[in-house]
Amino acid sequence: MTTAAADAHELSFVRKYIFSTDHKIIGIQFLLMSLVFLFVGGLLAMLVRWQQGFPNEPIPGGGVLPETMAPGGILLPEFYNSLVTMHGTFMVFFAIMPLLVGVFGNYLIPLKIGAPDMAFPRLNMWSFWIAVPAGTLMLAGFFVEGGHAAAGWTSYAPLSAVSEYSGVSAGQKIWLLSIAILGLSSILGATNYITTVVNLRAPGMTWFRLPLSIWALFITAILVLLAIPILSGAAIMLFFDQTLGTHFFDATGGGQPLLWQHLFWYFGHPEVYILILPAMGMVSDIIANGSRKPVFGYHSMVYAIIAIAFLGWIVWGHHMFQSGMNPTLGTGFMISTLLIAVPSAIKVFNWMGTMWEGNLRFHVPMLHGIAFVTMFVIGGLSGIFMASTPVDIYIHDTYFIVAHIHYVLFGGSLFAIFGAVTFWYPKMFGRLMNPFWGKVHWALTFVFFNCTFFPMHTLGVYGHMRRIYDPTQYEFLKPLMGLNKFITISALLLFASQIIFVVNFVWGWFWGAKAGNNPWEDNGLEWTLPSPPAHGNFATVPIVHHGPYEFSAPGVTEDYLPQNHPPLQVGAGKEGR
Amino acid sequence: MTHAAAVMRSPAGRELGAGVYNEKLGIWVFLGSEVMFFTALIGSYIILRFANPGAFAHPGTVLNIPVTATNTFLLICSSVTMVKAFAAANMGDMAKMKLYLVATTLIGAAFVGVQIYEYTHLIHAGFLPSGIREGSELAELAAAGELGLGTADPAVAGVYGSSFYTMTGFHGFHVTCGVVCLAYLSINAFRGKYTQADHRGIEVVGLYWHFVDLVWIILFTIVYLV
Repeated sequence: MTTAAADAHELSFVRKYIFSTDHKIIGIQFLLMSLVFLFVGGLLAMLVRWQQGFPNEPIPGGGVLPETMAPGGILLPEFYNSLVTMHGTFMVFFAIMPLLVGVFGNYLIPLKIGAPDMAFPRLNMWSFWIAVPAGTLMLAGFFVEGGHAAAGWTSYAPLSAVSEYSGVSAGQKIWLLSIAILGLSSILGATNYITTVVNLRAPGMTWFRLPLSIWALFITAILVLLAIPILSGAAIMLFFDQTLGTHFFDATGGGQPLLWQHLFWYFGHPEVYILILPAMGMVSDIIANGSRKPVFGYHSMVYAIIAIAFLGWIVWGHHMFQSGMNPTLGTGFMISTLLIAVPSAIKVFNWMGTMWEGNLRFHVPMLHGIAFVTMFVIGGLSGIFMASTPVDIYIHDTYFIVAHIHYVLFGGSLFAIFGAVTFWYPKMFGRLMNPFWGKVHWALTFVFFNCTFFPMHTLGVYGHMRRIYDPTQYEFLKPLMGLNKFITISALLLFASQIIFVVNFVWGWFWGAKAGNNPWEDNGLEWTLPSPPAHGNFATVPIVHHGPYEFSAPGVTEDYLPQNHPPLQVGAGKEGR
Repeated sequence: MTHAAAVMRSPAGRELGAGVYNEKLGIWVFLGSEVMFFTALIGSYIILRFANPGAFAHPGTVLNIPVTATNTFLLICSSVTMVKAFAAANMGDMAKMKLYLVATTLIGAAFVGVQIYEYTHLIHAGFLPSGIREGSELAELAAAGELGLGTADPAVAGVYGSSFYTMTGFHGFHVTCGVVCLAYLSINAFRGKYTQADHRGIEVVGLYWHFVDLVWIILFTIVYLV
């Protein structure tokens, strides 16, 4: 593998940066792609929020939108439906999922397990270059006749199955095709990750010496592998309903509209954990680093990840309490859902236990990690509301669920992503992002995030429907307009705060301070390499002597001990698990 | 029996892995994903059929069981020749390996050919993904009660056509991919790429091929026979 590093110089620009087989380059490609989609998704959310806060008022600068979307700058109801649909679609499938799995799965797995690259580097390149056309196709949907898909990101049949119901024809087909193509990319990626973690670990890197980020990405890859094909199958069936005239989800030909919901959520609930488990894993790494202490309860963290992933398969019915379900079955789904609170709580207490009496370093990744834990607690608790059938029947399809999903996906996953990006940025680009502006970005995001999403719980309890176009059309929602305006202004400020991140990201790439090998004084194998590491990663195969969380070990001068360092005399007692 | 190949491939010092080479582990993992894909299709079929039993014709009335049974037999034979090719490679009998690889490719292609014939025939008779075509031969049989549908209205058989074409079509797509891979293996074999020590491609494609065969046995049972 030493020759791989030498080969790097002989590669052309195209082979090195465009059609690269180097997992680090592919990870960075995924990062840039998904940040673009994160921006697009955010922009769509701003339009949605404008309509909620200032219904039927022209959007400032909205004149650039064509007549078919917003004549005179006022959003059309049909376009509003597309906006809601595509905000969810872009954020879930093209931003958060690739950010967690595509970026950090690719970048971290080989580096952290001591491998030269993925098991199948060329397949890895394909998984990125299949995702790009899927994303382009999804964007193109805005410019076809009839507008983009408008049946919600869940695409419930029969609204999505019969074009006459929604008035959207080409857009819905494009949506389904893009999702099916992206699914192939995810499956190829997951195959690669699983094979790599199982087969390519460096000598001494036993299962229980793996960093929690790798454990989480590994379990997530299993979820991706098994859940995504269900969505692909369902999307293909729905696509045939639209194109070949099949009747899977259309009751007029003997089909079952409810079948779509079952298939979608049978994929969809594991998907929820695909979107949070890698975040949990990476936050565990970051919090241990920021606390200068070993992760509290490493083994229980691993078992909690496995338990969450397993339980995630038997809870999908809790999305369908209102869809018509045998109450006995509903009770079963309620109990299995509430059980997930147990491993989730184990993880939260372990993070707090890790920080407890630690020698805390409030660097930017750590701040994002702490934000993740606190926001995840709020999101998790509101999840318990939704899981209880009697409560869910009252708040189903209101802004309460919008608040919940954003507390776990934005407050949870996205804070973890900000933490992970800032944490591994110096390894990716060899330079540090500006810590001061990083903290400003964190603080503004944290404040405006809560101002945006916490009041949504209140809206939901008052009965504010989640996908309503114009809330002023109901008398009982009019008193909530003040709150709606507050949320919209906070959301706009939240979006504006992200400019700091973008500028910092670009600035750091060219002008940031040189990072050195190990700016955070961490133990992972990636920090023993130069920043950025060469193609082929390790000049010599690293030998792993202990787990990744040997912070403040007795008998060591520094408060950290990289995984490839042999244990010193007294610290030897901690090794070998 | 592939131990020699596995040991040869495992990089020095990496004693922690699963004990099989990457490609073999990778294809097993990928087949896990394939199982879930067919689970979505087959699971939907089961649900649709239980929810609307009247939409599905009696076995043997719309679909031609003898022809498909022969085709099933062909596919099982191709699994046998696939194993023979792999065994020959293990024994170092390269001539036999080439023979059996070509045989597997041809039998696989024959399966696809018979399926295309079956589709053409069915569509001609009026059996479409959207159901039974009005005014067709099958529509008359349905109206006469010959197909055993729960109702005389052929439009109700929509889900029957939908699930039949989607399941067998995706299986046929998988067989076609397999035939392409087998053709690639055969070309490689004639170029002398495989040796007794290293013939990973044959084992990996073989695993995929047996999986496709297994899926067909399930589909044949639940779509044609039950």
